[in-house]
Amino acid sequence: MESMDLQTDVLVIGSGAAGMVAAKAASAEGAKVILADKSVVGRGGATVLAQMTVAAALGEAEEDHPDIHFEDTMKGSRGLADPDIVRAIVDRAPELINELEGYGVKWARTAEGIRSQVVAPGHSRRRCVYVDILNTGGATSAGLRKAIWKEPNIKRLKNVMITKIVVQDGRAAGAIGFAFEQMKPVRIKAKAIILATGGLTEMYARNSASANMTGDGFVLAAEAGAELRDMEMVQFFPIAHLHPPLVGLDPIMWDPFRYKLGGRLLNGLQEEFMDKYNNEVSGVYTAARDQTTFAIFSEVKAGRGSPHGGAYLDFRMVPEQKLKEAFGPVIDILARQGVDLTRDMVEVAPMAHFTMGGVKVSPRMETTVPGLYACGELIYGMHGANRLSGNALTEAFVTGRIAGEQAAGAKELTPWPDAIFDDEFERLRQFWHPREVQRDDVPMLALKRELQHIMWEGAGPLRTEDKLAEAERRLGELRGRLAQAALARTSSYALSLVEKLELDHMIKLGEAIVAGARMRKETRGAHVRLDYEQTDEQPASIRYVLTNEHTWRLDSVPLSGSSSAAKGVE
Amino acid sequence: MSRITLHITRGDAYSVQRIETFEVPYREGMSLLDALLWVREFRDPSLSVRYSCRSANACKECMASVNGKSGYLCSIRAVEDTEVLIAPVPGLPLIKDIVTSIE
Repeated sequence: MESMDLQTDVLVIGSGAAGMVAAKAASAEGAKVILADKSVVGRGGATVLAQMTVAAALGEAEEDHPDIHFEDTMKGSRGLADPDIVRAIVDRAPELINELEGYGVKWARTAEGIRSQVVAPGHSRRRCVYVDILNTGGATSAGLRKAIWKEPNIKRLKNVMITKIVVQDGRAAGAIGFAFEQMKPVRIKAKAIILATGGLTEMYARNSASANMTGDGFVLAAEAGAELRDMEMVQFFPIAHLHPPLVGLDPIMWDPFRYKLGGRLLNGLQEEFMDKYNNEVSGVYTAARDQTTFAIFSEVKAGRGSPHGGAYLDFRMVPEQKLKEAFGPVIDILARQGVDLTRDMVEVAPMAHFTMGGVKVSPRMETTVPGLYACGELIYGMHGANRLSGNALTEAFVTGRIAGEQAAGAKELTPWPDAIFDDEFERLRQFWHPREVQRDDVPMLALKRELQHIMWEGAGPLRTEDKLAEAERRLGELRGRLAQAALARTSSYALSLVEKLELDHMIKLGEAIVAGARMRKETRGAHVRLDYEQTDEQPASIRYVLTNEHTWRLDSVPLSGSSSAAKGVE
Repeated sequence: MSRITLHITRGDAYSVQRIETFEVPYREGMSLLDALLWVREFRDPSLSVRYSCRSANACKECMASVNGKSGYLCSIRAVEDTEVLIAPVPGLPLIKDIVTSIE
């Protein structure tokens, strides 16, 4: 089969906000860039789905400073964020808000013409900018796509899955993968590589991100020898839509309306309950995501859940006119599907939403492998055990910018032998086609569903030793069946081949999450151990390294956080 | 049990296009994309469909021709006991089945 052979200064893998900003920044420094994505460039991933806000200490709505943004983020992280990474991000957040505006992202402005900034739980100032209505991610993606498309230095590769980062003489020197619209092996030689592949939320049965967020970058980085941290820290979004079923709406869209209108959370008995957990006053939304998730599932566990296993969200006390103003076109989409918020409550429940652990980087976004950079949701350090609303896109913009600037400084290509390419394709052939079959002998989607249930039941929001051990056993069994599964040879849109690799990655990451969750014998932020309710006085980060035998080696690294920050006292 | 019937255009740039019919169990609130993913999971994993955000009408990847009209599969509700014609969007280069080349 003919292959696609390419050479560039900087290879960026993944094209959400982080990857697009990185590509743009590297190109601005004069580098030739290839921007590759498993999906269509600038459309897959989490950014297009980000409805909410971006936190930056602009100080326009009220007095603010990056130091205060730093303090809020550290406090929100329950003692687990990396202060150097948080500092690197908050300091440049205002600059990136302006840069994005230059690409045509129209941040909402007040009547006085300054940028409209709102408060979100955990932020002590009105700090978060947004694009109306619920279009922050959509507008950001569109602006960045336009900026990238104009750049002659940036070559875009859509529907290309990277399967290996080539490390030669101790340095990342290129990547191997395949294009799957028309099946073709791809080999790219690069002076530096930036991973911007986002999180692993697709591993969970209920999740709020795009289907292609299967954690590929964590595995690519770990296989290249990079260190990962705190993979057990998966954020669950507390009030994601549960019932009745709706189409054409983002499941997490209730959140901004709850801020604006003060929607009430009720348990199955139609009683308010948030006051019992976080002293949250009715109609005022102050509890952080980890706290609300814990409160909802605690009610469900106590037999006080809503009929489908969550909580009710109630806007019935809000006057109809106010509902219409706030919800805009969404009210019609709901009406067409039989939901009238003046009369009906909806059910909500937590969903996997964000990966807070990830690839360990320096403040220059260098991984522990020379020549290999990481940015966006993929990295560890900004959020610790609890991400504040608004801090995800901030992280994507700034770390993408830094990674692009740094990677553009790489001077030389490191040559690598053809045998590496041949070996990788032989490995893929054996992995995909252990036997010749006319059609896939197991549907990959069926195995994915199993994986998602194993993770949800065993390593979801509330964890115990027994459940984690059971998840580990089931993952091992699934790994065996995946290895046996033979796929048909396909030349056009080889989706099953992509899905088998994604499953392999997700099982590997499932093993990591479960191992980390068993090792972390405490409750901290998003990681709730029902059998270890205490929060340790001394916060520690868990380091993950992939051994040559493809098993995870974990150890605990003590951090110097204070215990009041760790407990999230607010 | 109520169901929906999908008539789906199959084939790639190298083969003759044909229509294949699948019966899919109906579930309240399911989208046409959900119905196609059911086919991939339970009947024919070789059916190709482009999708990413799945239900949010955000990524705009799942565009197809539905009963002769272009739309996004994730945002169209399946209707119980109906037949639906699903084909690639005309005028875009065909990759396979209902997947076309988009930027």
